[in-house]
Amino acid sequence: MRHLFLSIALSICALLPAHAEQAPTLADDPAIEARVQHLGEELRCLVCQNQNIADSHADLAMDLKKQVREQIAAGRSDREILDYMVERYGDFVLYRPPLKASTVLLWAGPFVLLGVVVLLLGRRLRRRTVQAAAANTLSADEQQRARALLAGEEKQV
Amino acid sequence: MSRYLWPLGLFVVLAGFLFAGLFLNPREVPSPLIGRAVPAFSVAQLGAPDKTFSPADMKGKVWLMNVWASWCVSCRQEHPLLVELAKTGTVTMVGLHYKDERDAGLKWLADYGDPYLLSAHDRDGRIAIDFGVYGTPETFIIDRQGVIRHKHTGPLTPALLRDDILPRIRQLEAS
Repeated sequence: MRHLFLSIALSICALLPAHAEQAPTLADDPAIEARVQHLGEELRCLVCQNQNIADSHADLAMDLKKQVREQIAAGRSDREILDYMVERYGDFVLYRPPLKASTVLLWAGPFVLLGVVVLLLGRRLRRRTVQAAAANTLSADEQQRARALLAGEEKQV
Repeated sequence: MSRYLWPLGLFVVLAGFLFAGLFLNPREVPSPLIGRAVPAFSVAQLGAPDKTFSPADMKGKVWLMNVWASWCVSCRQEHPLLVELAKTGTVTMVGLHYKDERDAGLKWLADYGDPYLLSAHDRDGRIAIDFGVYGTPETFIIDRQGVIRHKHTGPLTPALLRDDILPRIRQLEAS
């Protein structure tokens, strides 16, 4: 029994690295593979939407990587390949959404929000300084008393 | 008082957005192909490997293209509906047999019924990429001029067919 387990475990181990070698690298040229990797990081996998196709092992991501690889081999530029994907899958396929009328809020929103918060904070701080300054000023009466007290102290010393 | 109302208001707005988000379907990605000509291709038919199919063959007809595969569980789910629809003869359906073996596809159609005029055999999924397919089953409505008018990702349901797909087809056929 133990032998059986051992042999099963060993054969699984023997299979694992073989499997790893089958993983996607298909282009022999490392320069092409680097570009595939780079473009893959710019493209969203639509099956598993929070992954890019470089990371994803979904069937579709594999196919799209194959497409990218072939198009690079055919001499297409990065721009052309991204356009090819957008033509078919829409802007959503780009991991970094393009700046357009419909995405202005997405790009500018955080900065607008930051601006509003800074403005509100500035106003509040200014108001507080004014109030503090008002609380610090003494009336003519109080000033006289303060002077008298200070003078009195000096005398006592 | 307004000091305490501010966060409450913010919370209500945020909760409103999140609540609305519960009913959105993140898988429904608008297709850039709507309103554009159907991608051209010519490929062997599933049932008759010696014959080819090209979308140009369908010029002059309003038709549905349904992307399916024998390995696709949701396709199995929507399939009886398509078989029913085919019986009514309302619309011509063409299958795009996606990334699947010929034998498996033919057996599937034999087992569950074949609602399609024919199926195009997209063995390596290359045609599907031109259609921006990312989740089978997908259904495209194509008009007489060969322009894609609508796309649905995911299985069709009776309600969807009745309230969305069929009205669109009727409208296209009337025009």
